[in-house]
Amino acid sequence: MSGANDSYDPKQVSALSPESLAEASDAALAALAAAADLEALHDAEVAHIGDRSPLALARREMGALPPSARSDAGKRLNLARTAVADAHAAREAELRAERDARVLVEETVDVTLPWDRARLGARHPLTTLQERIADVFVAMGYAVAEGPELEAEWFNFDALNIGVDHPARSMMDTFFIQAADGSPDSGLVMRTHTSPVQARTMLTSTPPIYVICPGRTYRTDELDATHTPVFHQVEGLVIDEGITMGHLKGTLDHFAQSMFGTEVVTRLRPSYFPFTEPSAEVDLRCFVCHGDSVGHPERPCRTCSSEGWIEWGGCGMVNPRVLIACGIDPDRYQGFAFGMGIERTMMFRNSAEDMRDMVEGDVRFTLAFGMEA
Amino acid sequence: MRAPLSWLREYVALPEGISARAVGDALVRVGLEVERVESAADGLSGPIVLGRVLEIEELAEFKKPIRFCLVDVGEDAPRGIVCGARNFAVGDLIVASLPGATLPGGFAIAARKTYGRVSDGMICSVRELGMGEDHDGILVLPESAGVPGDDAVTALGLDDAVLDIAITPDRGYCLSIRGLAREAAVSLDVQFLDVASVFPPEPAPGEGYSVRIEDAARCPLFSVREITGLDPAATSPEWMVRRLGQAGMRSISLAVDVTNYVMLETGQPLHAFDRSKLSGTLVARRAAPGEELSTLDGSARALDPDDTVVADDSGPVALAGVMGGASTEIDAATTSIVLEAASWEAAGIGRTVRRHKLPSEAAKRFERGVDPAIAGPALERAVDLLITLGGASDAGGATVAGPGVPRPSISLEIALPSRVSGLVISAEAVAQCLAAVGCETLEQFGPASAGPHAPAPDAVEVDLLRVVPPTWRPDLTDPATLVEEVIRLVGYDQVPPSLPTPPPGRGLTGPQRLRRTVGRALAAQGYVEVLTYPFVAASAADDLGLDADDPRRRVVTVANPLADTEPDLRASLLPGLLATLSRNLGRGARDTALFETGLVFLGSTDAPTAPRPSVQQRPSIEELAAIEAAIPAQPRHVATVAVGSAEAPGWWGPARPVTWADAVESARAVARAAGATLRVEPAAVAPWHPGRCAALSLDTAPDAVIGWAGELHPAVLERLGLPPRTVAMELDLDALPVPPPAVAPAISPFPPALLDLALVVEDSVSAEDVRSALAAGAGPLLESLRLFDVFVDAERLGAGRKSLAFALRLRAPDRTLTAEDAAAVRDGALAKAAELTGAVLRS
Repeated sequence: MSGANDSYDPKQVSALSPESLAEASDAALAALAAAADLEALHDAEVAHIGDRSPLALARREMGALPPSARSDAGKRLNLARTAVADAHAAREAELRAERDARVLVEETVDVTLPWDRARLGARHPLTTLQERIADVFVAMGYAVAEGPELEAEWFNFDALNIGVDHPARSMMDTFFIQAADGSPDSGLVMRTHTSPVQARTMLTSTPPIYVICPGRTYRTDELDATHTPVFHQVEGLVIDEGITMGHLKGTLDHFAQSMFGTEVVTRLRPSYFPFTEPSAEVDLRCFVCHGDSVGHPERPCRTCSSEGWIEWGGCGMVNPRVLIACGIDPDRYQGFAFGMGIERTMMFRNSAEDMRDMVEGDVRFTLAFGMEA
Repeated sequence: MRAPLSWLREYVALPEGISARAVGDALVRVGLEVERVESAADGLSGPIVLGRVLEIEELAEFKKPIRFCLVDVGEDAPRGIVCGARNFAVGDLIVASLPGATLPGGFAIAARKTYGRVSDGMICSVRELGMGEDHDGILVLPESAGVPGDDAVTALGLDDAVLDIAITPDRGYCLSIRGLAREAAVSLDVQFLDVASVFPPEPAPGEGYSVRIEDAARCPLFSVREITGLDPAATSPEWMVRRLGQAGMRSISLAVDVTNYVMLETGQPLHAFDRSKLSGTLVARRAAPGEELSTLDGSARALDPDDTVVADDSGPVALAGVMGGASTEIDAATTSIVLEAASWEAAGIGRTVRRHKLPSEAAKRFERGVDPAIAGPALERAVDLLITLGGASDAGGATVAGPGVPRPSISLEIALPSRVSGLVISAEAVAQCLAAVGCETLEQFGPASAGPHAPAPDAVEVDLLRVVPPTWRPDLTDPATLVEEVIRLVGYDQVPPSLPTPPPGRGLTGPQRLRRTVGRALAAQGYVEVLTYPFVAASAADDLGLDADDPRRRVVTVANPLADTEPDLRASLLPGLLATLSRNLGRGARDTALFETGLVFLGSTDAPTAPRPSVQQRPSIEELAAIEAAIPAQPRHVATVAVGSAEAPGWWGPARPVTWADAVESARAVARAAGATLRVEPAAVAPWHPGRCAALSLDTAPDAVIGWAGELHPAVLERLGLPPRTVAMELDLDALPVPPPAVAPAISPFPPALLDLALVVEDSVSAEDVRSALAAGAGPLLESLRLFDVFVDAERLGAGRKSLAFALRLRAPDRTLTAEDAAAVRDGALAKAAELTGAVLRS
């Protein structure tokens, strides 16, 4: 590099001569024009615009010029640099456009190709339906209570006003547990309903009690399209001051609408359970015929056997005897309880016709539900 | 209970023209479950009429004799009908189905040419009419049946509908026409005729058969009547046989049919003893030890001292309230009968039924409670029928023993039905409803109690109703049962719905939320949830190759399993999960991954029996603890199984088969859901491959193994018929902590320094040991540490050695790291790895 030079010698700064600048500029423009793709353009940029290019080098010589010559030389240099920069920008725009038009087209893939590389998983609809039911009641302020599936007879029967000789006890089709000595008198059973969780809740908490108990239950039914020895129930229990059957009806209506839509119609039909008094069955207006098949044998309804109603579950006001056994004052508190089969609810809600599909664990069944029932 | 409508109609004034369906609906409204309404006429339509045979022309030219008959069917001219049966004569009244009629099974009748004649209809047999199985000949009717041209369906009562009603245990009295008629009358608000008022117990004078009660608690009432001179040849009339059939009972003999008919009508089970086979006084007592009895079903039964029997001088002659004995059975020669109508204690009958596995129609009624006041009328009804139908005569006298059944009264607070229902029900309405079900009521004033216990000493005085329930309602025992009667009759549909106001809730518990997160995490990893039965075969532990002292062998056993081959409850989720995997494979799913969360049941050899404390008050803390102590532990487990490809082959490349590592990763996914980190260590535990099994623990509690994962043992897979390389994981979900609120990390904006280290170690050194040593030595600047390569090359590394390559990412919270910082971390990490694992930097 030349140093500052007071004694002007044009030969020493020939790079700033009009000829030299024109030559460098022409060469740069030619190289830019010749660049066939963005990569070549980048190379030309390095050679003709970059720090080591003739134009850049020429610029460094400006300081060597006497002040009188600087203005002229500066103008020439700027003109040349601007022309080259413009040409670069123009060529780059051209080449980018060309790339977009050609190269990206060449890179086109078939986006309809599948990517079914990983296995799909799913949650069982009976699980997700229980969760959804829990969500409905949790939203109202209820808690979700739980208990063991292998249960003491006392909780499963006695505490619920089903004494040892009560006919309902033998009607429950109970699995009994063998005692250590091989006899069936272990005092233990597979719970026949989720109701023992009611008793457990009442024994371990003080009113007001607002709980639901979803879970697995067991009865000695052979597996067929509408029965399974291992099934699921959700039980609701409310114990508070001033609880009435009206509260039970309102709660069941809300539950039914949450499961089956706001159009659903419910009815309570008198029935009998040892642990509730009064007791009722909860019926739903038939989803299929809406009651139109009743009395019209020419258009029978398979879903409700032309009854117009289908049974959903049982309910009632908690029997004061149960309150007493669980240490709650029946003169101060009243309560209601209800219980529904989850499988049955799913049959109505998801048009599942065969309970065997729910228990066999065929992945095709469960996968159809994904992550939510 | 199957109730013919015509029978009900005898005791309740059903509105003219009311349909069976409407009667059924009325019964549903008051709490009975009508399962079906059916009729023998369901398959019959078109012209089916009575006809009289006017002429018979025998056609002999065919293989079998055929008759061509002229039959008067009430039209201007008789019809010609061809018939193959021969059990009728000119003048007989028969049933003719005419062209246009349809018989059960969709059999359409048309005029057609057969045996050379035109048959203008068909003469019907019992079977062809759907009335029974008799097809030996055509049905010949008595003159009383009607005249030619009458509609046969009406004349034969085939249009009599039968209501099939499921009776709940509290409504024993509805196991009778009497009870159902009363319910229908209340529901429809029409007149009820009590059979007890038609046949009041007013026997002819004389000495009754001698009876004695030894156990009045078991038998509060024992009454007998005696008849003689029964015509052994007398048979049950057609109407009785038909009604028994409609109710689901077979006709046996007149005497037995009468007892069954009266039981169905009144609800009082009766027993008929052959008088000539009895010796001495009939005694109601407990069975003595060692006594035996041959019951009517042909079984010789060893009696239990808890069984109640009726005995004579010869010993037990009936299992009381359940079934009679063979030695005093009515037979074809019986002419004298002692009829028994008793009350038996319900609970004792139930125990005898279960002990001898001997359910019967009588026991079903006694178990649910029989009206003690109907015993007398039932005996009179039966005696009347035997006299009318069997030519018998009343031997006179009636014997009634026993203290009778007490009728305690109940104090009902008049406001209670309103308070329970949420509907204002007036005192008058309460009294009316109770009167309608047969209660006697008396108003009074006193302290209130809602429960079956004494009122609190400070209870305020309120309006009460003293209620004496009717004799046929032993289920009405306390105020709540009366409240149900009132609300039921007012109508559940009258109760206005409303919503209670719960206190504010706190949502799901930590474990409940964790369970959801675990399920979602495994489903997101490609596992499909299944819910298997917990019943396993006794061989399940052997199939899994469990050691003799493996705690998973201590199973709980079901006393009455559905399948004798699967008597045990699972102590592991794997047997059920592997069976389900097998089923899916059998159905053509080759690449399958399943998971299950559920309870397992851990048996113990010294489990105490669970006590059953009184329910008259809250059990004591000790009693509750004793119950809990008897209940086996039931931890919630989660398990996965997988087979085939974890990633499918495709245009992207080949398949990635499932390996042991997938099983371990499924466990890590579960732990991550709980915000926990798993410690993974080699283990050799059945049913896993001893070289490919990981013991899992929480890194916060490395000594407590909470599960295992890996490839299953080849021998186990062979035994279960599963493909090689099937993998599985099972861990105790209850052992996972509920994740505490996550602590937000400080995010450093400074750039990371990246460092790759390849370390050579002995083959026996686990990657986890090297990783944790590096992490320990790297210090606080280490942001992450990841193993990215395992390299084995005997020539370059030496035999029995491997190279593990780790990528370290370092970052400081407050500055850009310098080369010196990185070097210091590297040196620290290497030194620790060398110290703990003998690792050397790969050159």
